[in-house]
Amino acid sequence: MSFPTVTTAALLLVLAAPLGLPGQAQWQQAGALCCVFFWGLFRPASMPPLAVFLLGVLADLLAYAPAGVTVLAWLLAYGLAMRWRRGLTRLGFLLVWFAFVAVAVGAAALEWAATSLLSFQFLPMGDALLEAGIAIGLYPLLAIGLTRAHQTIADPDHA
Amino acid sequence: MIRLSIPFRQALSKLTLPVLIAGAFGLLLLGKADTVVMQRARMALADVLAPVYGLLSEPLSSVRRGVDDVRHLFTLYEDNSRLRQENERLRQWQAVAQALDVENAALKANLHWIPDPAPSYVTAHVVADAGGIYARAVLLSTGPGTAVAKGQVALDDRGLVGRVTELGARSARVMLITDISSRVPVVLESSRAHAVLVGNNGARPRLMFWPEGSPPVEGERVTTSAEANAFPAGLPVGVVHYTSGKVAELVPYAQLDRLEMVRLFDYGMRGVLAPEAGITKPGGEVKK
Repeated sequence: MSFPTVTTAALLLVLAAPLGLPGQAQWQQAGALCCVFFWGLFRPASMPPLAVFLLGVLADLLAYAPAGVTVLAWLLAYGLAMRWRRGLTRLGFLLVWFAFVAVAVGAAALEWAATSLLSFQFLPMGDALLEAGIAIGLYPLLAIGLTRAHQTIADPDHA
Repeated sequence: MIRLSIPFRQALSKLTLPVLIAGAFGLLLLGKADTVVMQRARMALADVLAPVYGLLSEPLSSVRRGVDDVRHLFTLYEDNSRLRQENERLRQWQAVAQALDVENAALKANLHWIPDPAPSYVTAHVVADAGGIYARAVLLSTGPGTAVAKGQVALDDRGLVGRVTELGARSARVMLITDISSRVPVVLESSRAHAVLVGNNGARPRLMFWPEGSPPVEGERVTTSAEANAFPAGLPVGVVHYTSGKVAELVPYAQLDRLEMVRLFDYGMRGVLAPEAGITKPGGEVKK
């Protein structure tokens, strides 16, 4: 188990605790999506696809969401991050963030659509928008911390 | 370990992601086809986490209470005058209630009234929010050997909270009346008209399907109805409030955003079985 996988799993568990934060479920999903995208982009070797799959299953179980919805959204986000790896990592932070905005909106929309479809009802879109908004706002903050970690603890050469 | 050639290994690593994405689709289908498996997995995880979160929730709620105390210090003066007025009003109501209580007892004695059996209940700690993004539910820590069953009615000290929908060995999940799948048959107290309380994942569920000619009145009390044999009649639910768009909503009595303890009553109501999964089709067929 690598540092990125363990910290993301810990983030999921901590944000499932009774902290009483407003929109805590959204924070949980959004925070983990930031981590999955970041590590998929900068160090996919430390967070292999299987780890993303298992994290998604854990998130679905913790969030009482229909099984597989988060798994699918995160694997697709991770796949896009891997695919854009060559180009994006060379570009500046702002462009990476713009790419993440698209990923976060896409992931929230996919989760909303899949959950609506599986429960045969039109779910309120505000919850999905809030999730995407939190993810977009949180990414720069998390990226600063994770970049530090990426250069130090999570780097096997420096560990 | 089996030694594989480098090109083969590269091809294999390229395949992992598509295979896992297919696996995610498989999981979606499995979760839909067999809700029981996923529910068991969920409640097994909840059983592990509920005691841990239970331990955590004590210090966390005392921190929250401390913050509240500090905030209340600043509103001490207004709170005091408001409470004095409220106390005055409640004293009048107390007198009315005592008179009615005596009258009620006398009338019941004259009518040879058969009293309803007192329902048994257990009290459980709310240890975590169990709703996720698209549902409204809470997780209770019940402890092994506690008599909790699906369909039991949860109340806090003020009013109706919801119903037990999922059960683990040490935990139970209660779907709140604000959940989008929640439907509660209710009675509008002044007109005695029946209506349905429909959750919308927001803080205030909507009132729907009241008979023509007896719309809910602003500020009217709403209680449960025994229709459909899911709830006993007369549990306090909330008061009617109209939005600016003339939509009849209900302000729940229960403090659903800050639940700490709930009582689970066993009224022996099995008319409507509790939904199996977190999000299920409203009114859909439910497997036992």
